[in-house]
Amino acid sequence: MNDTDQQAGQPVSPADAATPNPSSPAPQADASPVCKSDLLEPGEPIIKFEKVVKRFGDVTVLDELDFEVRKGEKVTIIGPSGSGKSTVLRILMTLETINEGVIWVAGRPLWHEERNGSLAPASEEHLRDMRKEMGMVFQQFNLFPHMTVRRNITEAPVQVLGLSKEKAAERADKYLDLVGLTDHADKFPSQLSGGQQQRVAIARALAMQPNIMLFDEPTSALDPELVGEVLNVIQRLAGEHDLTMLLVTHEMQFAKQISDRVCFFDKGKIVEEGPPEQVMIEPREERTREFLKAFINPA
Amino acid sequence: MEWLSYSTPLLQGAWVTVQLTIYSTILGAVAAFAFGIGKVSGNWLVKGVSICFIEIFRGTSLLVQLFWLYFALPVLGQQLGIDLRLPPVVAGTLALGLNIGAYGAEVVRGAIQAVPPAQYEAAKALDFTPRQTLWRIALPQAIPEMMPSFGNLAIQNLKDTALVSLISLGDMAFRAEQIRNFTQDSVGVYTLLLFMYFGMALVLTGIMKLLERSIGRWRAGRA
Amino acid sequence: MLFGIEWDTANNWVFAVSILPILLKGLVITIQATVVGFFVAAVLGLILAALKASRLRIISWPARFVTEFLRDTPLLVQVFFLYYVLPEYGIVLPAFLTGALALGVQYSAYMSEVYRAGIESVPLGQTEAARALDLSPLRQFSVIIIPQAIPRIIPAMGNYLVSIMKDVPVLSVVSILEMLNVAKIIGDRTFNYLIPLSMVGGLYLVLTLVASAIVRLVDRRLPKQGIPLR
Repeated sequence: MNDTDQQAGQPVSPADAATPNPSSPAPQADASPVCKSDLLEPGEPIIKFEKVVKRFGDVTVLDELDFEVRKGEKVTIIGPSGSGKSTVLRILMTLETINEGVIWVAGRPLWHEERNGSLAPASEEHLRDMRKEMGMVFQQFNLFPHMTVRRNITEAPVQVLGLSKEKAAERADKYLDLVGLTDHADKFPSQLSGGQQQRVAIARALAMQPNIMLFDEPTSALDPELVGEVLNVIQRLAGEHDLTMLLVTHEMQFAKQISDRVCFFDKGKIVEEGPPEQVMIEPREERTREFLKAFINPA
Repeated sequence: MEWLSYSTPLLQGAWVTVQLTIYSTILGAVAAFAFGIGKVSGNWLVKGVSICFIEIFRGTSLLVQLFWLYFALPVLGQQLGIDLRLPPVVAGTLALGLNIGAYGAEVVRGAIQAVPPAQYEAAKALDFTPRQTLWRIALPQAIPEMMPSFGNLAIQNLKDTALVSLISLGDMAFRAEQIRNFTQDSVGVYTLLLFMYFGMALVLTGIMKLLERSIGRWRAGRA
Repeated sequence: MLFGIEWDTANNWVFAVSILPILLKGLVITIQATVVGFFVAAVLGLILAALKASRLRIISWPARFVTEFLRDTPLLVQVFFLYYVLPEYGIVLPAFLTGALALGVQYSAYMSEVYRAGIESVPLGQTEAARALDLSPLRQFSVIIIPQAIPRIIPAMGNYLVSIMKDVPVLSVVSILEMLNVAKIIGDRTFNYLIPLSMVGGLYLVLTLVASAIVRLVDRRLPKQGIPLR
């Protein structure tokens, strides 16, 4: 991991946004508290939050957040509850709107549309188009209880992507194999354990072949003995696929293993971010240290 | 009490009752889903019409509705210059179906709103359109919730069919009244009639329970 | 002319205005029938619920059968039954009472279920605590269970009150001059069914809205935990 001093990245103008430029630079460590992942070559990050504000009533959950993720990067977000970590994922998945700021995904605005050279609030069609970039795995799995495992996985590819039933079934078999549940294809979710259900949920999200996978506390609702099987799948994903992954979790050990970068969120801002060794073993910020104390023995 | 001689006309009436129950239940089911889904729609026109329909048909008496369709509608037609006279069968089916449909609409609405919001989020994450979400994700989960209430409404509908005898439609109750007029044997005829309705209700309950079980098959089985 | 009031068929509007007082007289009878029917149902329902709760099968089973039978047979037929059958056994009631009685009997079946559900919804711990404090069964029931069951019973009973009101027109078959019957008679005599029946529909809507609002008001005013006892 290089430690190169870089200046702050310039805000991307709409004109540049038309040509997304995937780059694969080494992740940077940064001395200042605001997350500024800088790129070696000019090119956009696959995700870019610009001064994003999100309020729920009187509570400001995201406070002028600047945040970037590069293509293929595996980023883990940690932090106390209420710090806004899940909100970042939910906003990306278009489950929540934003109050201020702009978000860019794969070079295009997410909650805005470009019309006549300026940004206007996104229409439903634009959102539907943007959603295809992302897949999400929820804490409570949220499988469709009235469909078999196979149907859960094939339904969206057939109905949303327009795949034929055969092609969708092929895809389902491929991802079922990846998560190790080929024998359970014809079962209903109620017949599976929590860990199995979450693995199906991962396969279901993968079947849409998104560029970005979002994991919102994927193991927090599982009994301890079932956590491992899910983490194994996520690890396999991180290793075998050039997938951008955003993970919110309390599994610190796991975060250290798979992440390229860890971001510590508190009160709607990124307090500290950098490679796992830096943030989690020798954190620079006091608040990070305080938080991590609760997870003593991350060895 | 000559049961046997009563049986032929009563059975003829019973057949009319059964047919009426079937037709009005079908109409009721269609109305229930149409207006129940309409009430949760985002489109304010659809929502408004649904709410009006539900309030009017739940808020007034079934017999009033039946009489209105059979007696008042033709008068309205006269004043408008069109023939709006409905044969008793049509008026009966309409009144029964729309009435039970309004109650059914509330059941449908309640069940749809009882589907966990997390399911809608999962559907959105997979980029389903709202219509796809409603028909493929929400309704299949809502329908098993509706079945018990639908069972009660089906029985209510069966009982309500007796009212069409008051517009001279030849159902079971009408035939019974005819027989009573002829034979003056009130106790016998009406006791028999009560038991016939009771028997039909039990059969209907059985059918609804079977339906309930077959629709909710995916709910069985826990890990 | 009905109830001593003349109507005027000059045009639709004049007609409507002139029959309104007649319809309102019918409305009074509708409300009377509703109230009487409700009280009969409430009392009979309580008796039925008590019988059903009995530990002696010879009492509870017939009671349960009767409840099921009443729920599965039409009100219209029950009205006819009482109207024609009671006199054969020497009981001659004015038509109004026969009708209201039939209403009450039909709804007593539903009421008994409401009582049962309300009582069952009081947590078992309450009975256990009362027993542990050595309260007599009668005091357990009247002072601990019933006051807590009532807030759960009231909304359901209120809904049935509204249902009873909507079933009153069925009593027109025994010549009770409730609202719908009045409207039909006016229609029979003037051949204009549209105005009277539509007005009755409108009056019913108003009645239902008012009654439902009252039920909601009572429900809101009632503390959820039970009737307060100082």
